[in-house]
Amino acid sequence: MNFDDNPQEAAFRAEVRAWIQANAPTHLHDELELAGFGQPALRSGDVMAASKAWQKKKSAAGWACLHWPKDYGGRGATPIERVIWQQEEGVYGKLAGMFIIGQGMIGPTLMAFAQEQHKQRYLPPLASGEEVWCQLFSEPVAGSDLAGLRTKAEKQGDEWVINGQKIWTSGAHYSDYGMILTRTDPNVAKHDGLTMFFLDMKSPGVEIRPIKQVNGQSGFNEVYFTDVRIPDHQRLGEVGNGWKVSLTTLMNERLSIGAGMPTGFPELLDFCCSFDTGNGLAIEDAAVRSKLATWAVRTSGLKYTAYRSISALSKGQTPGPENSIGKLVAGTTLQEIAAFALDLQGASGALVDAAQPSASGRFQAMLLRSPATRIEGGTDEILRNIIAERVLGLPADMRADRGMPFNQIPTRAR
Amino acid sequence: MDFDFSPEQRQLKEQARRFLADRCDRRAVRAVLDGPQSFDAALWQGLAEQGYLGAAIPEAYGGLGAGYLELCVIAEELGRAVAPVPFSSSIGLAAELLLSAGTEAQKQRYLPALASGTLIGTLALAERPGQVVPGTISASAQGGRLSGTKTPVADGDIADFAIVATRDSGNAAATLSLHIVDLKGAGVQREVLPSIDPTRSQARLTFSAAEAEPLGAPGAGWPLVDAVLDRAAVLMAFEQVGGADKALETACAYAQERFAFGRAIASLQAIKHMLADMYVSATLARSNSYYGAWALSTGSAELPQAAATARVSATQAYQHCARNNIQVHGGMGFTWEFDCHLHYRRSNLLALALGSLSRWEDRLIDRLVAQRGMNAA
Repeated sequence: MNFDDNPQEAAFRAEVRAWIQANAPTHLHDELELAGFGQPALRSGDVMAASKAWQKKKSAAGWACLHWPKDYGGRGATPIERVIWQQEEGVYGKLAGMFIIGQGMIGPTLMAFAQEQHKQRYLPPLASGEEVWCQLFSEPVAGSDLAGLRTKAEKQGDEWVINGQKIWTSGAHYSDYGMILTRTDPNVAKHDGLTMFFLDMKSPGVEIRPIKQVNGQSGFNEVYFTDVRIPDHQRLGEVGNGWKVSLTTLMNERLSIGAGMPTGFPELLDFCCSFDTGNGLAIEDAAVRSKLATWAVRTSGLKYTAYRSISALSKGQTPGPENSIGKLVAGTTLQEIAAFALDLQGASGALVDAAQPSASGRFQAMLLRSPATRIEGGTDEILRNIIAERVLGLPADMRADRGMPFNQIPTRAR
Repeated sequence: MDFDFSPEQRQLKEQARRFLADRCDRRAVRAVLDGPQSFDAALWQGLAEQGYLGAAIPEAYGGLGAGYLELCVIAEELGRAVAPVPFSSSIGLAAELLLSAGTEAQKQRYLPALASGTLIGTLALAERPGQVVPGTISASAQGGRLSGTKTPVADGDIADFAIVATRDSGNAAATLSLHIVDLKGAGVQREVLPSIDPTRSQARLTFSAAEAEPLGAPGAGWPLVDAVLDRAAVLMAFEQVGGADKALETACAYAQERFAFGRAIASLQAIKHMLADMYVSATLARSNSYYGAWALSTGSAELPQAAATARVSATQAYQHCARNNIQVHGGMGFTWEFDCHLHYRRSNLLALALGSLSRWEDRLIDRLVAQRGMNAA
């Protein structure tokens, strides 16, 4: 049992470290380190431009999408090499936020289901960050019950005509392309009537409306489709096979989001060591210490759970199901920690003061962002279902709509 | 990175599981729960014969000299089986104290006997309710004679000898010294105390000028005990992880068998989400315990932090899983007949042994703050 690299891993790490030291945007280091949760905001400039510049540089030197094949803009690296890259990239990894959905989830789906000409055309600029992609899955009536979606696709000649509405689409407003799950047959059971496509987000009939969130930011959008035309060759997988295609995407979504989730614990420990409650430093209070201990062991438990998965990768094995707990634990912990840090500040905890020292000011932002962590990419409840059914082998919940044609499923209480 | 047990260690674990399935089934545990015996002496001998007790004791002292990772694996299986044996007292505490502070002659005399199971040792520390700190100790020793009362002492009624902490006289700083006392000798009275877990005995020991042999330097007792508690805590975390896993498995199996409202209760989200949360705690505890095992087996300077992390996490997980195992079983879980209470009892007993959860939470924060200071420096 050890944490050491084997000789090949050590050599790879040295190469990565040297390249990052020589090429990273070091002038952004301190600001990125302090950047809060969600998209980093940079006072010194445009985060999107900085993100694209860093991605382009990585891509030119062969450090983009490490695990993808070289032909598609990757490096053909092993899973453990990808982990080593992420560890070494450190805070600069925060610049990858706008590419995560495209590179982490859509890329693998295109690789599995797109025509070869499309892979050649779209994957390299996706890897280099020159083109950004979004995922058009959720709808107002189809969130956790994604297969209940209603956006229609109807075949007309060699094209499909799309009508409907998507929601919670991260980054739609800056995306060049999108992958969309549609209903092509309402007369069969809900999972059997779905088909996946990709489209140019600048197609006529696509309208994007940003959603103002609880925290005042707008990372998500509503996207409306009115007679949008998609050529049949942009279909991913067979007609009616969209659910299976979407599972490829969602498995990758949980993998990429679940790894290395922050809980806010190191920030809270720092804060408690320096914050005077009026009765002395917070860290000296027994009640504070007890709460900190619980969050400390959750945070370290996630870290060492990830190390167990990395060890499996290092030996060429597939990691076990233990990593499925990452987002579930991190989301709740983040929310609890944020509320507690405000509690320590008394009435002042309510104040959002951009001029406040970063240590205390960041918890208000954390509080207002944290509810989203427990919902996006699979709600806490869906994650518990996944753990119960796929890890513990418990039976699925009974479904009132099982096997029922989609257009006969009840949609409201009578 | 190889943050995992080796194939050989996994094999040892399977072997220990098979051995315990055969020698420590529910009848064996219940014989101790319901009967007059304080532990399963035949099982203890069997564990010794397998080499399990001496797994981490060097060959020079009659052990296998395999290592602490092997001992962790065995501790996990003992926890899983709710084994009614004095493992943490005799191996986790007594053997470790002798290894860290014993003279060559003391090691030669006691360690082979602990490894072979012919002697059982324990640590006699606490004297009254509350957390143990040096100021709460009033037992004293003079001229090789020890007097005072220790309560509760885990396995105090069955141990052959105890390592007893005494307060040094004429010393304002409240330092402690350790002594080895033969519990079968003159001047020792033992009384079994009823406890929440009859499968692990507790006793009150009263010493009246009992013959005592110093262990370690005079005045060095507290740092010695403190350091050994870290080592014992890692082993106990594995016992707790083993128990948590078994309680979770039992609950999952029952939820799939038990039908209500025309369906297995495991298909109800109220039940399956409870089980998923138990899995989460057990997984975090396992990963944290691996961290403790790594620190223990490599002699890392991080051991104090790793031990407290493993201990807090594993205590929370075992209590959580054992408590919800009863909840999933409903009324049947509250019967003497079902085994749920074995884990409920054991999880709550282990939460108090070696210093209770709040003490370990406190130690963890001390160590994280110290670590933070070192990182900043």
